[in-house]
Amino acid sequence: MKLHIKGGRLLLPAGPVATNAAPPAHAECHADVFIADGLIAAIGSAPAGFQADRVLDASGLCVAPGLVDLSARLREPGNEYKATLASELAAALAGGVTSLVCPPDTNPVLDEPGLVDMLKFRTQQLRQAHVYPLGALTVGLEGTTISAMRQLTEAGCIGFSQAEVPIIDTQVLWRALQYASTYGYTVWLRAQDPYLSRGGVAASGAVASRLGLPGIPAAAETIALHTILELVRITGARVHLPHLSSAGGIELVRTAKRDGLPISCDVTINHLHLIDADIAYFDAQYRLDPPLRTQRDRDAIRAGLLDGTIDAICSDHTPLDDDQKMLPFGEAAPGASGLELLLSLTVKWAQEARVPLAQALAYVTRAPAAVLGLRSAGRLESGAPADLCLFDPHAYWTVEPDALRSQGRNTPFNGYELPVRVRATLLGGHVAFEQTWQ
Amino acid sequence: MMTRTAPGFIKSNPQLTRKGELKHLLTIEGLPRTIVNHLLDTAEQFVGVADGEIKKLPLLQGKSVFNLFFENSTRTRTTFEIAAKRLSADVLNLNINASSTSKGESLLDTIRNLSAMQADLFVVRHAQSGAPYLIAQHCAPHVHVINAGDGRHAHPTQGLLDMYTIRHYKKDFRGLTVAIVGDILHSRVARSDIHALTTLGVPEIRAIGPRTLLPEGLEQLGVKVFHEMDAGLRGVDVIIMLRLQNERMSGACLPSAQEYFKSYGLTPERLALAAPDAIVMHPRPINRGVEIESSVADGVQSVILDQVTFGIAVRMAVMSVVAGARA
Repeated sequence: MKLHIKGGRLLLPAGPVATNAAPPAHAECHADVFIADGLIAAIGSAPAGFQADRVLDASGLCVAPGLVDLSARLREPGNEYKATLASELAAALAGGVTSLVCPPDTNPVLDEPGLVDMLKFRTQQLRQAHVYPLGALTVGLEGTTISAMRQLTEAGCIGFSQAEVPIIDTQVLWRALQYASTYGYTVWLRAQDPYLSRGGVAASGAVASRLGLPGIPAAAETIALHTILELVRITGARVHLPHLSSAGGIELVRTAKRDGLPISCDVTINHLHLIDADIAYFDAQYRLDPPLRTQRDRDAIRAGLLDGTIDAICSDHTPLDDDQKMLPFGEAAPGASGLELLLSLTVKWAQEARVPLAQALAYVTRAPAAVLGLRSAGRLESGAPADLCLFDPHAYWTVEPDALRSQGRNTPFNGYELPVRVRATLLGGHVAFEQTWQ
Repeated sequence: MMTRTAPGFIKSNPQLTRKGELKHLLTIEGLPRTIVNHLLDTAEQFVGVADGEIKKLPLLQGKSVFNLFFENSTRTRTTFEIAAKRLSADVLNLNINASSTSKGESLLDTIRNLSAMQADLFVVRHAQSGAPYLIAQHCAPHVHVINAGDGRHAHPTQGLLDMYTIRHYKKDFRGLTVAIVGDILHSRVARSDIHALTTLGVPEIRAIGPRTLLPEGLEQLGVKVFHEMDAGLRGVDVIIMLRLQNERMSGACLPSAQEYFKSYGLTPERLALAAPDAIVMHPRPINRGVEIESSVADGVQSVILDQVTFGIAVRMAVMSVVAGARA
């Protein structure tokens, strides 16, 4: 299959990747893209003898690398009633996401190579987006025995994580980081102190006090970060810090990066846009983990993106069924569906912060690919895999939960009018998702 | 420009109708002062009902009131039951923690089932803050919801009966200094009192307690914080003592009931620091010797039993204003 993408506006989030206080470089141009054998054969003029099987008219559209989402729960194995691989990977493609990382908190937990093999096999059969599983850092996420990281890596795990379950025993955490660093594996650690967050359902502060909701202080994040960063210092382990939520936490990471620690971090689209006051009258769609914090924290997230402290934006896609949200706020399950909103909410932020489109796209393409150490993803250049996203930069759409492809209709952005709409997603040179356009 | 067009959840005050009438009573926060005063005025008309020859009024005749108590409270449930019966309503008491939820039925399923039984009014007590909002949002359109206490969030009828009691003794809210003493962090009564006092124009509201029992950002609700009982009580007109839950008497928030009483117990000596005509209130049940000395609880300045009497009239007022036939 040879494809010719004609007349598009190419967004090239290329160049050096954000590591220390440098926002991702970017560029854009108008050019045709030629695809053959699953790869980008050429940009600009066709290679000699190129005969397209299909020409995609991309005039008026942006052509970008397929999105790389650092956190998307697919709910398989074990929670198929909440969502299935097929539904969630279809949602990914509809959102322009061609690569995604899934956390190990499935049922059973991804702590055995056989389970990872099975997941890889199932996703490859579906041929809808590349799935990069994170293995459990400890057996059963129980925080006592480290998992078989070498075998899990051979099976296809891209790193190791405790998902949302903290390791309480600091000795185990230290040893896990030592072991992982022996082989150069990346460890993903949610910074949240288990004691300070115990029982909490919203961020501590005036909003939680007024609503009578048990609070989680920002210190739950910063204290955990202090511990993690100190262990990174003594072990040299490479650590990724997902879903930072507080101004204090971002400042700690800023300083640690300046000191040259081998760390990276991300924020979610929810925390990029929402704050605790949005909970309004106990709307359980705003129950998230970590909890939504104050305007000041959101400002710090936005500043952290621009100065290179924060590497990437992720969806933290967590599909839930209605019954898990139709509960009093404190009993509702935390999380929001997000794969189909990642692109639009990133662009919405870019518009509000006056960030050029190609630069904003780097936070969901090039930069997360770098976090994963993937050379192949997040690029739009000759020789790279033809994982691409074509979107209409002038379209607006209204979020209607029932219109989402994900089985998770749980979104705090219900009714929001959002910019940009994906028109086609290419995976390995195939048109894997397509929405008719003029 | 991007705008929010159709938010999925009601962002405006969900207890008022479009015309500004009280459809549910979920919290005192955000209620206009006119509605609060109307509720208190209505209660005043009902205070005498029990003393008169006719103990019943026909205002809720033919209506069904369901007391949905997901958390046990015989006391509050009884006052609602008496109030509903004096308004001639049919009353059904349901202790739900014991039945449905233990069988795995969801809160909303329970509500849907009960709505199908022709309920007109749900009186809801729930351990989770905000649960009555969920019920109000999902029950049938003709059903009214009264919050009888949700988590740490609100206990609006208690707040109103406290206001009724203060108004009864002090006549005017302007110029008063009111102190709330004790575990404000976990108290829905304190939150409702604070909103009610603010709405009615009380110029100085004080909160007295150790920092472990005061919620973060309390000052933003318009409250002056004191950590010393003596300083906090000086010159106050009204003292609202809060109950200290047994499970909080010793742990991470407090060392012991004895130390708490030494620091924050209301004794005759401390009461003498308040204005000479200060009144002492308590939402009951009282821990004698923990938050208040018996001689004060039973003393001349205590209005704790009046609160109980007024409580029935206030609950009648709330039910009749919310669910009664509109004139």
